[in-house]
Amino acid sequence: MKQDNTNSRIVVGAGEMKTFADYREYPTVTVAGQMLALPIERVHDVFVASEITAVPLASREIAGLLNLRGRVVTAVSLRRRLGLPDLEKVERRMAVGLEHRGEAFGLLVDEVGEVLKLDPDALQPNPVHMDPEWAALSQGVHQLDGKLLIILDVDAVLAFGAEVRAA
Amino acid sequence: MDDLLREFLTETGEHLDTVDVELVRFEQDPNNQTILANIFRLVHTIKGTCGFLGLPRLESLAHAAETLMGKFRDGMPVTTEAVTLILATLDRIKEILGELERLGTEPDGEDRDLIDRLEHMATEDAPVAQPAAAPHTAGTLSYQVLERELRPGEVSLDELERAFRETPGPGAPPAKPAPKVPALAPQPVTSETKPPEGAEAGESEAAVNKVQSIRVNVDTLEHLMTMVSELVLTRNQLLEISRRVDDQAYKVPLQRLSHVTAELQEGVMKTRMQPIGNAWQKLPRVVRDLSAELSKRIDLVMQGADTELDRQVLDVIKDPLTHMVRNSADHGIEAPLERKVAGKPERGTIRLNAYHEGGTITIEIADDGRGLNYAAIRKKAVERSVATEQEVERMSDAQIAKFIFHPGFSTAKAVTSVSGRGVGMDVVKTNIELIGGTVEIRSEQGRGTTFTIKIPLTLAIVAALIVSSKDQRFAIPQVAVLELVRVTPGSEHTIERINGTPVLRLRERLLPIVPLSKILGLGGEETADEGFVVVTQVGRQRFGILVDGVFHTEEIVVKPMSSKLRHIQLFSGNTILGDGAVVLIVDPNGLARMVGSGAGEGQQGDEAIESEDLIENDLTTLLVFRGGSESLKAVPLSLVTRLEEIDASTIEWLGGRPLVQYRGRLMPLVSADEALEIRREGIQALVVFSDGDLAMGLAVDEIVDIVDDTLAIELVADRSDLIGSAVIKGRATEIVNVAHYLPLVHEAWMRSTADTASVARSVLLVDGSAFFRDMLTPVLKASGYKVHAAASAAEALQLLAAGLHVDIVITDLDLPDRSGFDFVEVMRALPEAGDLPVIALAVKHDPRQIAQARKLHVTELVAKFDRRGLLSALAELNTPLEVAA
Repeated sequence: MKQDNTNSRIVVGAGEMKTFADYREYPTVTVAGQMLALPIERVHDVFVASEITAVPLASREIAGLLNLRGRVVTAVSLRRRLGLPDLEKVERRMAVGLEHRGEAFGLLVDEVGEVLKLDPDALQPNPVHMDPEWAALSQGVHQLDGKLLIILDVDAVLAFGAEVRAA
Repeated sequence: MDDLLREFLTETGEHLDTVDVELVRFEQDPNNQTILANIFRLVHTIKGTCGFLGLPRLESLAHAAETLMGKFRDGMPVTTEAVTLILATLDRIKEILGELERLGTEPDGEDRDLIDRLEHMATEDAPVAQPAAAPHTAGTLSYQVLERELRPGEVSLDELERAFRETPGPGAPPAKPAPKVPALAPQPVTSETKPPEGAEAGESEAAVNKVQSIRVNVDTLEHLMTMVSELVLTRNQLLEISRRVDDQAYKVPLQRLSHVTAELQEGVMKTRMQPIGNAWQKLPRVVRDLSAELSKRIDLVMQGADTELDRQVLDVIKDPLTHMVRNSADHGIEAPLERKVAGKPERGTIRLNAYHEGGTITIEIADDGRGLNYAAIRKKAVERSVATEQEVERMSDAQIAKFIFHPGFSTAKAVTSVSGRGVGMDVVKTNIELIGGTVEIRSEQGRGTTFTIKIPLTLAIVAALIVSSKDQRFAIPQVAVLELVRVTPGSEHTIERINGTPVLRLRERLLPIVPLSKILGLGGEETADEGFVVVTQVGRQRFGILVDGVFHTEEIVVKPMSSKLRHIQLFSGNTILGDGAVVLIVDPNGLARMVGSGAGEGQQGDEAIESEDLIENDLTTLLVFRGGSESLKAVPLSLVTRLEEIDASTIEWLGGRPLVQYRGRLMPLVSADEALEIRREGIQALVVFSDGDLAMGLAVDEIVDIVDDTLAIELVADRSDLIGSAVIKGRATEIVNVAHYLPLVHEAWMRSTADTASVARSVLLVDGSAFFRDMLTPVLKASGYKVHAAASAAEALQLLAAGLHVDIVITDLDLPDRSGFDFVEVMRALPEAGDLPVIALAVKHDPRQIAQARKLHVTELVAKFDRRGLLSALAELNTPLEVAA
């Protein structure tokens, strides 16, 4: 995982769990108290999203555009994507840099947590009564000690707006 | 695919393009040995390389073509069929190359058909070369993959060698010597792969040029461009910091960095620039093929081929240009016989012209053909349900012309292989608009059609005006900006509202205003009338964008919109400013579309206002007002000079007639309706009409709205103050006859103006006053006449001489350049128009005029403001004409 240079530096800790060769790494994030994780292959970097330019007339999920080292990145709010209300006051907006069909996206989250190493075999399917809005974005659930971890489907998270029609 | 093959494909593609162009030149100039030698060499190189790479199909084709060209060199007459055949062979080669690129191997297939024809043609006329070839069988065989008999017209190696020595230097020499060959023929073949040595090399300018250029992958350049853009941004950030930190030690190197960066940026930009000639390369061939196919004779003239523009832009316009040239050749240029009949040279000309103009490049595609067939387009528009019959009848030719950009529109009678498939012009327009360009049509019946395309020089960097709206910054491309106007309530420039729709008076015209904050949904209070109006022009549509603040102009690096945002047609991209902030680039085309479609709050800038010479109007912009009765009244906005609200106490009454001091003169007022009394106190709304120095104020109750609608007038017989009634935006509205009020006010007006109307199915209206032309045109159209108008006798004569067909001429007797009688006299001498019935409009009847009118066979003399008299005179004329037709 690359660290961002211009925005402030975030240290993503190494997983504390035992490492096995077939375990995979999942950077975790938190939104409204819920822990979620993304497959590490899809995560480019983590950065502080400062100065987001709002885009009038854009779909709701898009928070705006931001400048990441000279590249224009489309900021997508994970909260809005999950149908959650916006956070009232944010001092530092954290974003996870993703690449989707050759374009750069920043997924805005409340907090960025550590990188966990998890056994892909331990992934459980979504509970049947999970909110369909959430279920559509989730690959499945991991049971951690005292917590449940949703594994996000990055393509699904970024499939909204005009593209959904095309797909 | 290995590198060798890839390089071969690129190179051969380029060679073939050159051969295309050269062959067309050669056909026109068959004695030019230099061209022939050049073609010969290129084809031979292709053949040689194919043999080396083991591509038998390509090789045999190239060989057969080469053989035939060898005959040309030996003096065989160059015929069109032969050139067509060679061109067809080149096309086949290109096809195979395409497959090769896709699959990595040569596709299976047979080319016997072409090869037979080529061989047949080569043997039939020129047996001369055969003996020369025979002794050198061994040498030629070396090129073949398969052992076989010598083909007819085979060229010996010695001859080839001679050809190469005589030829001015090769272009980019393929870096692949043919190793099999030297065994059989020691020195020759290597020479095809290396530049000629010594004196020969010196002769060739092309060779020198090639040495200095290298092939660079486009991705490498794109990457370089991105890096430079980022360097520029970083530099800007550093400069920003150094302004705050007072450390001299940094300043000097920073300045140096700044300069170097600027130069680097310029240099990289240059690498992206290419002459537009690259996009035109295929055109001579296209035109030549079309001429042959359509049996027309067409010259293609290209000017400004070295005008440079961005590679990206070039890619986008290449196909549209080709399509437009095809269209001109197919639809525009007439067959030779038809041209001869029309008194034009048999050879038609298509002229391409490119030049820089500010930050844009203008490309004109002009033909001297028959011009657009408006009647056919009208008919088609109705057939395709693009517009109703009433609508098209009332549309101006300029508006009709725009239909050809409508999807699925083609007026070609038959679907030829050339055009008529109804795909194209809409795509052309879309492509051009995609890169922020515009396309306009000018067409004159019998004289030809000109398309004018204006596109930005580069997509990558544009000058943009940075503005703010509700604390957010936006960039507006400078190309579209005409001027900036500061507006504040109570000042000279004030935003006014008509039924809530903001407008600005700017130099006697009403400019529709689009508040940026509103159209972007940024919210805020509606009534904000303070700020700046960015006067913007898109095509012929003009409107003002209201913003809160204007900062500066900045060269911005345009970055494409994310795919998630591309559907928002108001933005064309985004950019990063010097301070690192991302701003959105407003797309004036998108704004104009919103303004035009009424989705925005602005009103469409009326085209009739912009161009007074436009006579037939059809989506008419109307000013709707209330006066006297409950019913709505309307006048065409093009007739209105200004809207005023005056303090009623300033109205003066002279002999019972109301006057008001207006701009230093007295202006008479007329009530819009007998039932409406002009106010004595409070505020009186006025609609001001003027013509030259004269002005008149029409007192109304209130101004309701400005709307665009088609004007389908139903005439009313009983009232002279109305032309008729029409349904406007779903409401019955009376259309006011401004002509009715004028005599009430001004004797003078009658003298200073004249009107001309055209009658029967089509009428030519000659009148010096734009005002009266505008006024009479709808009246005549409402009565079913098609109206052409001319502002002077000279213009009218020119139209008639140019073959404008009309059934009746209506002329004012008092024209600006000469008297109406003079005009009629000259017209009578014209072969095309000598017999036309004429209706003359006179201010008053006098016996002398009547006598003169009779002498000149003027059918009818009608009083200037006698609308009904004019119509009945026309109706009388019409009856016998219809019988004749």
